Amino acid sequence: MTARTSSVLLFVCLYNKKRESNIQLTPSFFFSWKQMESVSFPLLSRVAICGGTHGNEMTGVYMMRHLQKEKIDKIGSVSVSTVLSNPRAVEVCRRYVETDLNRCFTEALLNSPVTDSTPYELRRAQELNAQIGPKGSKEAVDLLIDIHNTTSNMGLCLIFYSIDWFTLHILKYLQSKMTSVEVRAIQLDIPISEAYSLESVGKHGFAIEVGPQPNGVVRADIYNMVKEAVDHVFSWLQEFNSGSTFEEGEVEAYTLVKSIDYPRNPVTGEITAAIHSQLQDNDFKLLQRGDPIFLSFSGETVKNRAAAIICRGKDMRAR
Amino acid sequence: MSSYNNTARFSEARRVAIFGGTHGNEMSGVTLVNLWTKNGAEIQRKAVEAVPFITNPKAVEKCTRYVDTDLNRAFTPENLSTRLTPSDECGNNLPYEVLRAQEINRIFGPKGSPEAYDVIFDLHNTTSNMGCTLILESSKDYFNLQMMNYIKLVENLFYLQMNHLIVFFYAGLEVGPQPQGVLRSNIFEAMRVILKHALDFIELFNEGVEFPPCTVEVFRVLERIDYPRDANGNIIAMVHPNLQDCDWEPLNPGDPMFQTFDGKTIHYQGSGTVYPTFINEAAYYEKQQAFITTRRETLVARRLCRGSSPANF
Repeated sequence: MTARTSSVLLFVCLYNKKRESNIQLTPSFFFSWKQMESVSFPLLSRVAICGGTHGNEMTGVYMMRHLQKEKIDKIGSVSVSTVLSNPRAVEVCRRYVETDLNRCFTEALLNSPVTDSTPYELRRAQELNAQIGPKGSKEAVDLLIDIHNTTSNMGLCLIFYSIDWFTLHILKYLQSKMTSVEVRAIQLDIPISEAYSLESVGKHGFAIEVGPQPNGVVRADIYNMVKEAVDHVFSWLQEFNSGSTFEEGEVEAYTLVKSIDYPRNPVTGEITAAIHSQLQDNDFKLLQRGDPIFLSFSGETVKNRAAAIICRGKDMRAR
Repeated sequence: MSSYNNTARFSEARRVAIFGGTHGNEMSGVTLVNLWTKNGAEIQRKAVEAVPFITNPKAVEKCTRYVDTDLNRAFTPENLSTRLTPSDECGNNLPYEVLRAQEINRIFGPKGSPEAYDVIFDLHNTTSNMGCTLILESSKDYFNLQMMNYIKLVENLFYLQMNHLIVFFYAGLEVGPQPQGVLRSNIFEAMRVILKHALDFIELFNEGVEFPPCTVEVFRVLERIDYPRDANGNIIAMVHPNLQDCDWEPLNPGDPMFQTFDGKTIHYQGSGTVYPTFINEAAYYEKQQAFITTRRETLVARRLCRGSSPANF
C-alpha cells in the first residue's frame, strides 16, 4: 500500500467555466517539486462518483442513471456511491435552479445556517456534505470523482485542488492507458477550506471535465471516453489496494492565471465580439503575442497584446 | 400570384422582417438582430423596408429556449384566435409564448392580408451538424426556391421541407452545429452572409430581374425517430458514434443507429436508404426526437419575375 511521489512540472493556462468568460493561455511560472522518499497511504476503500452537479451536463447524468439502474455499489474491493448531485436541475435540464451548486462547497458555506431564504443548491450542498463528507473529516469518502461537460474543446481534463499524489498518479495512469486521447490536468491553487467545488469534499478528489459537448446533449463518443476513464481509475484503485507500488515520475499540469471576459458595451454590458475563429476550439494551444482573440461584430480583430509565451525553462515570467 | 407561360409572377417584396430569438438560447439570430436594431445599414436595400425583431424577449433574457411553451410551435389557428377572458374562473393566463404569437401575428401578418409582411426570415441554431439549412413549407414556393437557388450559387446550403404551421411567407434559416447559449464566430458570419445574399436577391427581384427556371435539390421530411426508452420513458441509448454528426449522409438499413449505455449497437431497420438530419439536437430530447429521416427530391422552380398583379405572396 505504497505510492511513491511524483515530481511535478507546472506551467500555466487560464481556465474559467463561467459562461460569460473566455480563456487565455499564459505561462507565468515554472514549478518543480524536489524528489522525495516514497510515501505510503492506507487503502482507498470508499469512492463516490457524482454526475449532474450541473443539470445539463449529460454525460454524468446518464452515467449515474445507468449505474444506479444496474445497482452498482461495489467495484472490486472498493465500495462505490453513485450520486446524482443536483436532481432538481437535472429534471429541468438546466445548469442550476437557484445558484451554482459547484460553488457551494467552501467550509464557510457548508457550515452556514439554513434559513428559509437559503437557496436550494446550498441546502443540497450541505446534504451532500453530510452524505459523502463531511469535508475535512475522517468520515469523508476516500476519493470523489465528479463528472462534468464543457462546450469548450478541452478533450479529457482532470481538475484538482492540491498537489494530490493520488490524482497525479491516476493522471499518469490514464495517460498511459488512453493513448488515443490527450489527457490533461488543471490544478487550482486554492486552499481546501476555500475550495468551492464538490470534489473538495472527499479526502482526495478530482473532477473529470470533458468536451466539447453542448448542454443538454449526450454524445456517445464523449460518454464512451468518460466510461473508459472511470474504468481505468477503478483498475488503478484495484492495483493500489492490492499493494502495487507506483514509481515516481513527472506529469505536466496547467494552472489558472487569469480570466478574460468578452469585450462589452460599457453602458449595456452586451458583448460586442465573438471569440475569433482562429482561437475557437484551440484550447491548451499556445497563444502568441499578436494572435487573434476576438472578432468584433463590426469586423475588427482584437489581438493578444500579452507577451509571447515560453513553454519551459526556469524564467517563465511574461516579458 | 398570377402565372402564365409557366412563369411565377409576384408583386414586389417591400417589407421584410428578420426574426431572432424565437428560441432564446440560439445566439446567432439574437446577436444579429440586436446588432441590426442598433445599426441597420447592413440590411437596408433600395425600396425594401427590412425590420429586425426579437420574437421572444423573455426567453432571450433568460437565455432559455422558451419560458412557458415553444414559440415556434405556438402559431396554431387555435392559439391565434383564442382570447384571454377576464372572467376565467381558474385565473389561468395564456402562456407567454401564445401571447407573443398573437402579438407577432398582429404586427407582421396575418398571411394573405394587405398589411402582412412579404418575407420573414426566422433565424435559428441547432446543436446538430446541419451546416446551413433553409427550411421551406411548400414545394410550390417558387419565390423561396428561386431565392435559395440564388443563395446556393454563393454558399453551400441544404434545404429541408418541413410542415411547420407558420402563417407567414416564411424562410427558416437553421445553422449548426452550435451549442445553446454559445456564440461561434464562424456560425455567426455564415448566417450573416446568407442573409446578405437573400436581401440582395430581393432587391434584384424588385428591380425587375428575371430568374430563369431552375431545379433545386431538397430533402423532404419523412418521419421522426425517437430514442429507445424504458418503461418509465427514460432514454436507454445514445445516437451511435457512426451516426453522430452525419447529417445529410445516407443511412442504410442495417447501419448503426443507437448505442446503449452498456455498449450494445441498435441498427436502423427501415426498408430503404434515408437521409437523417437534426441528429442529436438538444431541444428535441423532450420532443421525443433523436433525428428525422428525409428523402432527396428535385423540385422545379418556375421562371420568376416581378408582376404587376397586386396580389401579394
